[in-house]
Amino acid sequence: MQSDHTAKAFDEDLQELNRLIAEMGGLAERQIADSVDALVRRDTTLATNVIASDLDLDKLQHVIEERAVLTIARRQPMAVDLREIVGAMRVAIDLERIGDLSKNIGKRVAQLDNDFHPLKLIRGLEHMTDLVQSQVKSVLDAYAAHDLPAAMAVWKGDEEVDAICTSLFRELLTYMMEDPRNISFCIHLMFCAKNIERIGDHATNIAETVFYIIEGQPILEMRPKGDMTTFASAN
Amino acid sequence: MNVATATTAPVVTSQASNGSALKDKIAIRNLDFYYGDSKALKGISLPLYANKATAFIGPSGCGKSTLLRVLNRMYDLYPGQRAEGQVFFDGTNILDPGLDLNLLRARVGMVFQKPTPFPMTIYENIAFGIRLYEKLPKSEIDGRVEQALQRGALWNEVKDKLNANGLSLSGGQQQRLCIARTVAVRPEVILFDEPCSALDPISTAKIEELIDELKTDYTIVIVTHNMQQAARVSDRTAFMYLGELIEFDETSKIFTSPSDRRTQDYITGRFG
Repeated sequence: MQSDHTAKAFDEDLQELNRLIAEMGGLAERQIADSVDALVRRDTTLATNVIASDLDLDKLQHVIEERAVLTIARRQPMAVDLREIVGAMRVAIDLERIGDLSKNIGKRVAQLDNDFHPLKLIRGLEHMTDLVQSQVKSVLDAYAAHDLPAAMAVWKGDEEVDAICTSLFRELLTYMMEDPRNISFCIHLMFCAKNIERIGDHATNIAETVFYIIEGQPILEMRPKGDMTTFASAN
Repeated sequence: MNVATATTAPVVTSQASNGSALKDKIAIRNLDFYYGDSKALKGISLPLYANKATAFIGPSGCGKSTLLRVLNRMYDLYPGQRAEGQVFFDGTNILDPGLDLNLLRARVGMVFQKPTPFPMTIYENIAFGIRLYEKLPKSEIDGRVEQALQRGALWNEVKDKLNANGLSLSGGQQQRLCIARTVAVRPEVILFDEPCSALDPISTAKIEELIDELKTDYTIVIVTHNMQQAARVSDRTAFMYLGELIEFDETSKIFTSPSDRRTQDYITGRFG
């Protein structure tokens, strides 16, 4: 780790930013878990809570942004400090978006009004959520510990999420073709799956930010990605 | 310049990251410097590119001002100070004992930390230097004085009071007068030793703006304690510590992701 600044208050500013990111990360992780839990159990009360709690994430993002701007103005940070602060701002934006996507899942729970509840699909969604949650958790740990290999594992691990999402999409498509009455439900589920997949993408964004903070340059190679479109392609 | 006894070196060009060729105006090779018995610079090798601004940064006592003073042989004024190694200026070694120092100092101008106008009129502050090196008719000197004051971004403020005493100007104006005085003798390199440390932010901004403009005609070397200033005005930055050159790179690289741990500790305020 870095040695301390001559100006102690600067270290405190940076620690406070890290603490706020940790707080926001914990909240975002809970929002993902709660939203999918609400979806699986059709728990509209929990879903409503998820929607309401998104405001806390938004507020935290504002606080982090304000603190970061203030620290830049006050300390004129250079090199690793500058990257640390810019990184915190970026991570806060990703976490805020993760919150929005969870909130969107929460909103859809209330719309799921029919009895159709194919367990296999739900299990698939849960499995994908578990994977994405562990990605988010790992990347936030990597961010806090400045652990580049751990961040890179997350960055490369997103391919699997994409693959599960694609197979879920295929499955949903067959249900929709089978019975048009399933379409409304399946579309909602499809968006939920897409939301979770997007959350996985934000985890890789955070991994890229960790890389930038540590290495001082953006990642140049292309991230491995699962093909999301073949299930609906023309041939 | 007296080249009769000088050793010469090939003029080195290297590629900038954007692909344009950089020409060495000054090439410092294995430079050691001594104050009596104490060694203040240790094996410094460094290019100073033509029409670029190079900043020397580092904690007090790291040798950055010493290095600057080698570039116009300022140290020659003091007994017991000596430099070893080579400093090639357009291929000529300026450490050569046979070198004409007056000519060197006309080609390498210097602006100091505290504004040092001569106790004479604004006009004479500029004209004085020109007359030292060239015999020109009055009308031509008038033109050169105006030109220099324009270049020093001071003309509009002093054109109606050229006969006022140079010391009656404000600190920031005095410093720009000194820059104009330096520019008047048409040097090739201008050395700035903490040029803004005694100035307010507005005067500082004006000087920085001026340095930016001067780059088109001159090679600039600036020593500064103000890291943000180095980041703003220079193209290359050299970080020095305990008489050694630790890192030399593009300024944008030094201030966002330096390679050496000591550079990083210094620019982020983690030293001592």
